[in-house]
Amino acid sequence: MGLQAGALAAGLGGAPAQAASGFPWQQVPGAPVRLTGEPSPFAPPLRRTLLQGYGAIAPGTGSSWTPLEQLRGTITPAYLHFERHHNGVPAIDPAHFNLVIHGLVNRPLAFDLETLHRYPMVTRQGFIECAGNSLPNSFPEPQAKPCGLIHGLISCSEWTGVPLGLLLEEAGVQAGAQWMLAEGADAASMSRSIPLYPRGDDMLLALYQNGEPLRPEQGYPWRLFLPGYEGNMNVKWLRRLKLSAGPTHTRDETSRYTDLLRDGRAEQFTFVMGVKSVITRPSGGMRLAARGFYELSGLAWSGSGRIACVEVSADGGASWTEAALQSPAQDRSFTLFSIPWHWDGSPARLQSRATDEQGNTQPTRAQWTQRYAPGQRYHYNAIQTWALDAGGNLSNVYA
Amino acid sequence: MSTPRLCTAALLLLCLGSAWAAGPGLGRVPSAEELAELDLSIAPDGRGLPPGSGDVAQGLALYQARCEACHGAGGQGKPADRLSGGLGSLASDKPVKTVNSYWPYATTLFDYIRRAMPLNAPRSLTDSEVYSLCAYLLALDGILAADARLDAASLAAVRMPNRDGFIDRSQER
Ligand code: HEC
Repeated sequence: MGLQAGALAAGLGGAPAQAASGFPWQQVPGAPVRLTGEPSPFAPPLRRTLLQGYGAIAPGTGSSWTPLEQLRGTITPAYLHFERHHNGVPAIDPAHFNLVIHGLVNRPLAFDLETLHRYPMVTRQGFIECAGNSLPNSFPEPQAKPCGLIHGLISCSEWTGVPLGLLLEEAGVQAGAQWMLAEGADAASMSRSIPLYPRGDDMLLALYQNGEPLRPEQGYPWRLFLPGYEGNMNVKWLRRLKLSAGPTHTRDETSRYTDLLRDGRAEQFTFVMGVKSVITRPSGGMRLAARGFYELSGLAWSGSGRIACVEVSADGGASWTEAALQSPAQDRSFTLFSIPWHWDGSPARLQSRATDEQGNTQPTRAQWTQRYAPGQRYHYNAIQTWALDAGGNLSNVYA
Repeated sequence: MSTPRLCTAALLLLCLGSAWAAGPGLGRVPSAEELAELDLSIAPDGRGLPPGSGDVAQGLALYQARCEACHGAGGQGKPADRLSGGLGSLASDKPVKTVNSYWPYATTLFDYIRRAMPLNAPRSLTDSEVYSLCAYLLALDGILAADARLDAASLAAVRMPNRDGFIDRSQER
């Protein structure tokens, strides 16, 4: 106290000459506390990119793509989580909304938001990936697009909700029930059949994303979260679950999200998203300013489990080196990888190749396209190639 | 520490009791009317198809009034999806996937139109109108005769050309 008073007195009484040096922000009080945070106006604004394939006739039938190359980490902020809607985003008031479980159950049950909050909840991290993610690379010619506009129909969050098994148990699933039909309350009445097995015990009725209540675009007040399964099955705005003996064969599991093979037959119910990885930095559309040291880094994930290994190639797949996995690899979640690299100024072809704990490895693009009929787009998980030219420019190419 | 061991014991008990753990039992039993209104789904064998009927001529008129602006004359597509044609093309270099060339079940068509179309006014068609639209679309490629009439029994009996074209991968891990 005495000391401070003395110092103050000295300061006031002394020569004014030199104000203490410092940044301008150190010389005036900063902004007051506020109710919600905003990104810095000096940071480049983060935006998704919209794709509205039907234009003005169906503006709610489209997608927004997460700018993967502008983010770092394993959690996608909720406002940047990709979206794919089939007829817009409903504004659901939970005061007038129920989840109903019916069909092959001993007693049908309805749950509202208040009731669901009395149930035990669990939290788990995991990605949701649209079955159409990476589809630009299925086109015959490589698209000049940034990483997020090729692979940005995936995001990873921490989801919190009620284990679906609890609710099913209360309804009493009957012996003959092998499937359930999930229907959303949107204008598309999005409907998908989901097998109760082999992975039924993972299913979550998610109410929170990254700690906050789901946003309308992610299914407020609740959605299904089915770890590792194609995005479309994680039905948003879930209105009902109907237990049944077999699948319903809805439009979005027959016409769409099925994969036509070369012989004219089609694979149906390809639920588990394949192992995939992509170098996000550097990636298409970026430029290396000078030769020298760079860290190549990116994301890997698999619908079958943890990522076991990511290899990186700078010569278009002729030779591979194992990258470091930066976080403890989580089950069916984003895993970061990185590897230090020296660019000597000559053209290069950067690739990454992930392998999961089940031993699944990414195919080459040639292997992938050989398997499917021309024009197929879903479940694309081939190796991505970024070409680096002598000028330091990166672009999407086919190896 | 004893806490983690306790947790494991509790978990084990829950798992042993049944495949699904027990919850607080707070669900409300919905009324029969509530369920009937909610349950519009139709099984591939036709279970769930409602009463009502409609024919190709009625379907054409409705199609022109409610669908053609988006799906084109005769279901040929543009600006929205093509709905007809493409039969026999699936194994070719230019596969054309449409309702008639690709979909395995006609029940799916009824179900989808009833709940999701027209896109700008979903759930606005009567069941008989949906039957007539299905009749019209299926007759475009000769799956039904030009004077066909559809109801629950006849729609369930329709065999789509690509009925056996799918490989079930649902039990893979
Ligand atoms: C305002 C435009 C619009 C109108 C009007 C419209 N549709 Fe559609 N329809 C669409 C769009 C867009 C899709 C694709 C939706 C999606 O992918 O989720 C679609 C999809 C469909 C499909 C599924 C196609 C496929 O291959 O999966 C059928 C069948 C269909 N419509 C039938 C109809 C019928 C019958 C009507 C008239 C009662 C109708 N539509 C009216 C825009 C429209």
